[in-house]
Amino acid sequence: MIIDSPNTALLQVDNLVKRYADNTAVDGLSFSVPEGCCFGLLGPNGAGKTTTIEIMEGILAPTAGAVRYRGAPLGERFRAEAGILFQKTALQDFLTVRQTLNLFRGLYDHGLSVQEVIRLCALEKLLKRDNKKLSGGQLQRLLLGVALVNDPSILFLDEPTTGLDPQARRRFWELVQSIKAQRKTIILTTHYMEEAELLCDEIVIVDHGKIIAQGAPQALLRQHFQAVLLELPAEDWTPAARALGIAFFEAAGRVELTTDDLEGTLRRLMQSAVSLAHLRIRPPNLEDLFLELTGKDLRA
Amino acid sequence: MSLFTDLRRSVKRLFAVWHARNLEFLRDRTSLVFTLGVPVALVVAMALIFGGPPRPLFKVGVLAPMPTVAAYPFLGERYFQFVEQPREAAAIHLVSRNDLDLLLDLRQRPVRFWAIADSPKGYMAEKLLLQVDPQAVRQPITGVATRYIDWLFPGVLGMNLMFTCLMGAGYVVVRYRRNGFLKRLSATPVSAFEFLSAQVLSRLGLALAVTLILYVGISNVIHFHNAGSNALLLLVAVLGSLSLIAFGLIVAARFASEEVVGGLLNFLTWPMMLLSGVWFSLEGSPRWMQLVAQLFPLTHILQAVRAITLDGAGAATIGVDLAYLAGTTLVFLAAGAYSFRWRPD
Repeated sequence: MIIDSPNTALLQVDNLVKRYADNTAVDGLSFSVPEGCCFGLLGPNGAGKTTTIEIMEGILAPTAGAVRYRGAPLGERFRAEAGILFQKTALQDFLTVRQTLNLFRGLYDHGLSVQEVIRLCALEKLLKRDNKKLSGGQLQRLLLGVALVNDPSILFLDEPTTGLDPQARRRFWELVQSIKAQRKTIILTTHYMEEAELLCDEIVIVDHGKIIAQGAPQALLRQHFQAVLLELPAEDWTPAARALGIAFFEAAGRVELTTDDLEGTLRRLMQSAVSLAHLRIRPPNLEDLFLELTGKDLRA
Repeated sequence: MSLFTDLRRSVKRLFAVWHARNLEFLRDRTSLVFTLGVPVALVVAMALIFGGPPRPLFKVGVLAPMPTVAAYPFLGERYFQFVEQPREAAAIHLVSRNDLDLLLDLRQRPVRFWAIADSPKGYMAEKLLLQVDPQAVRQPITGVATRYIDWLFPGVLGMNLMFTCLMGAGYVVVRYRRNGFLKRLSATPVSAFEFLSAQVLSRLGLALAVTLILYVGISNVIHFHNAGSNALLLLVAVLGSLSLIAFGLIVAARFASEEVVGGLLNFLTWPMMLLSGVWFSLEGSPRWMQLVAQLFPLTHILQAVRAITLDGAGAATIGVDLAYLAGTTLVFLAAGAYSFRWRPD
């Protein structure tokens, strides 16, 4: 549930607009982020996610609209209480992991001890390692540590697991879940719908700078799908089946279709000589919803 | 055949990289303008400073009033610049500091002159004078006459200080901006003024250490003697470094291209090297040139250091230079913080 009352919102976004010379990246976004919520900001490439989150972080000035933190414009209090993990974060060269954490801890009056951050982000074995010599997953853990040094009330994670291998990604999810358990507010952008479904309490899907859906993931799925999803190998999708008039989507050697009349659809497929040997039936997930809402064509 | 094919492929790859680099350079308009603009500006600056008739080899003071060439033919010699000097004591002091190669008193006969014998230019000027006027009488210079190396040494130190201060801090900030580290810092409570001040102080330590090593090392080699206070010399070095570093940070306040900043810093260092008195005194130079030189922090550093080391000057004597260096530090830091950008425009 998105909470609209500004009294309960930790972060309030009102009519946000960001225009560049040749395009409007953010086009009148409004939403609230309740305290203690893991809030997902989703959208295809170029939808305006990073621009939106950078305005919310106070890094980028909006063309119009406002972002309020605890009811006030973003200011010193926000900078002291926000933790940020950018999509691409550079650190100072020639510093070790511990020195980097010490540097950022030194910029805040209050926060966690460096030792606590090291423990939280499982950095114990990397303390003397040069920043530049960390693997992708190790670097993201360090960057998360940097974002946590001030014990933030609100944590921004902009595509934090992009480029990580599955193990590192799952390790990172565990860390985020442990932060969530401390009732910290998290704002997450990601291209991984599995990640959003696992971590987010609320999501907003944006496209072309506008909100096209918002709500809790399960509520959105219920709202948009009364059906189940059928997946078949493309070679089993016979010409007769193609002529049935059932809407389907074909990609990567697989055919997908949704139906709210499972028995009737299966009967029609069998009548069209479709082999059901490799049929997979599953409930729709957030990725299906995302594709449903933003389209399945490749973005330019 | 194989060798030819390998060579052809190698040239093809080389061409691809060369072409891409040229495109990158040509499409970075700011960089292009500065890279090509700096040499043009240098040509103009050199034309202004060194243009016109050939520069004189010797700078000779003449105690006022300056007679005509007809009255004293030596004044018509080529490659000599004759500068009228109103006061005898001040003019002798300029000779003792190598600001003048020779001083003439043509108000009486035989003509009197002052020169430092162990100054190469002073020696040559004296020889030429005596060829024209063998009756001229050398006068003793009271106090300790300055060797040319003693006059030059502060210039060398100052030039090194200028490069250490201007180049170092500026490039670091540009690199931080380009790689996004500044963007990350902008999300913390640190302010632009705090960040810039930290850079200034960090560079200050390095600049002072380098200068100290040079000072101690070269002093021993050339047997340099500081006539004044070492503490005062340190104060000038601190204030001068601060001013120059802050000056460099103004240049680096916005740009994200090392090429642009390199061009701009070159643009700034050349006039300072030429006009601040590193290599030669501006005594007798056009008034506008002396006024422009007074704008540069390096000029005030060198004026103060030479006053201390050559004349034994105290804080009161160099107060204006110290105040200028302190004032420009604050102005440059404020301007740098005001125009500072955490991320590329």
